[in-house]
Amino acid sequence: MKLLQRFYLREVLSGLGLTAAHFFRNMRLHAARALGRKDAHGAVTIQYPEERRPYSPRLRSLHRLVRREDGSPRCVACMMCETVCPARCIYIVADEHPNPEIEKIPARFDIDLGKCVFCGFCVEACPEDAIRMDTGILEFSSYSRGGMIYTKEALLSLEPAGADGVPTSPVPIPADRRVVGP
Amino acid sequence: MTATLTDFGIAFARVAFVMMFILNLGGLLTWVERKQSAIMQDRIGANRASILGFRIMGLFHPLADAIKMLTKEDFLPARADRFLFKLAPFVSVFFGLVAFASIPFGDTLRIGDRVIPLQAVTLNVGVLYVFAMLSLGVYGVMMAGWSSSNNFALLGGQRAAALMISAEIAIGASIMGVIMVYGSLDLMEIVRAQGAPLLPRLFGDWIPAWGLLTQPLAFVLFVTAGIAATKRIPFDMPEGESEIIGYFVEYSGMKFGMFAMADFLETVVIAGLTTSLFLGGWQVPYLHPDGFVFPWGATLHVPHGLVALLQVGAFSLKVVVMIFIMMLVRWTLPRFRYDQAMRLGWLGLFPLSILNIVLTGLVLLLVGPRA
Repeated sequence: MKLLQRFYLREVLSGLGLTAAHFFRNMRLHAARALGRKDAHGAVTIQYPEERRPYSPRLRSLHRLVRREDGSPRCVACMMCETVCPARCIYIVADEHPNPEIEKIPARFDIDLGKCVFCGFCVEACPEDAIRMDTGILEFSSYSRGGMIYTKEALLSLEPAGADGVPTSPVPIPADRRVVGP
Repeated sequence: MTATLTDFGIAFARVAFVMMFILNLGGLLTWVERKQSAIMQDRIGANRASILGFRIMGLFHPLADAIKMLTKEDFLPARADRFLFKLAPFVSVFFGLVAFASIPFGDTLRIGDRVIPLQAVTLNVGVLYVFAMLSLGVYGVMMAGWSSSNNFALLGGQRAAALMISAEIAIGASIMGVIMVYGSLDLMEIVRAQGAPLLPRLFGDWIPAWGLLTQPLAFVLFVTAGIAATKRIPFDMPEGESEIIGYFVEYSGMKFGMFAMADFLETVVIAGLTTSLFLGGWQVPYLHPDGFVFPWGATLHVPHGLVALLQVGAFSLKVVVMIFIMMLVRWTLPRFRYDQAMRLGWLGLFPLSILNIVLTGLVLLLVGPRA
């Protein structure tokens, strides 16, 4: 090290100058924002639950079951997704469909999200375009393993995300949790 | 009888003011640390604690901290020395609190025919008193390390003791120059002397003789050693929260909180001491007891009460600026390795302090005292 560096002082002062410059620049921006300048950002962070970055349209988020016009699932219980699923998290029980032109309907369609690896194979395998992963919902959690199993009714009620990736339907509440607060 | 009661009341008020000042400032420093570091790092900082939806820039976080600390389990290791283990955090906080007593926060205040020095305790050896209290503070740390019956805690306590010795020597030696220049150990006298003009034959009345200008080398040395005495980054090898284990590894709950509090109190004390020794204490430039006397000839009469208020305000402002600088250092520099800190203390700060004493003596011999 050079002699000047060994005294630390000059290096320390230049470092302090850098951080102080950041401090005062950000303070000025914060003050400008508080005074009404909405385009002034003193921080690069995003206040997550209130602010979100736009999600990519290709994002694989919580599944949903696509509905027919009468509200019944488009799924025909062909078991393709259950077969292709590498995590074996899909459980389907088939039933007779009242319409003779449609062969089957799922009586049960459960996805265990505790096991799901979000590979998207089920979406690719589906011949009826009955399952999609475009809800934009990522914040699902539960206090128990059972609570992570989402049933046919819950999956049918979900809507696709908006163009900017913001979810349009509320996050499904797991069975083991009650809604508290707002 | 009434006179003595009034005297007692005044003495109590002086002590209460200093206590409130240092405790509130110390408590607020947890918030300052979070927010200042966040803004320096382009973040926003803790802002989630709220009461009835009001967040007021995260100011409830110190409160939330206190509630968390108080409600946590207060764990006592099975083989710890129970008495010393419980005593240690109190020792740390106590000496941090009382160290501020002899630091003046204003000149004298006249009420009627009473003359009240704005200082918790009037001591003619104020500087020595502050150093004694600061040095005693390390006993709490060593006690904590020893009584935890944990080898890591013991090593942390030893590191703290070694650091404190090397820092205290540098602190003591670096302010010798200040004492030589102003010719007193009384902090009030030192601050008063800093109001005199610096080199009046050269600059007239333009520049006050603050310690920063008369003793620039001592200022750098003192601030460096002072930061080491507060045991904060870049000299935090006694604690080393992130990877090396410190003296308070066995502490939990409010006892741990008190050690953290003691660090902040020491920060306030070092900032107050730096202000008194080097930044002119309560001196406002050109403000005399009767009002402003500007060097270009203008005068502005200021009533006595306002003068005292201005002085207290100036002292508080200088302390806050000093704390800002210390926080800036804490969030900018990486930690010194143990041997680096020792080398800096014994081969850097200490010899330079001695050099400073010699230089100051030479200058004083040549130009005469109080020039």
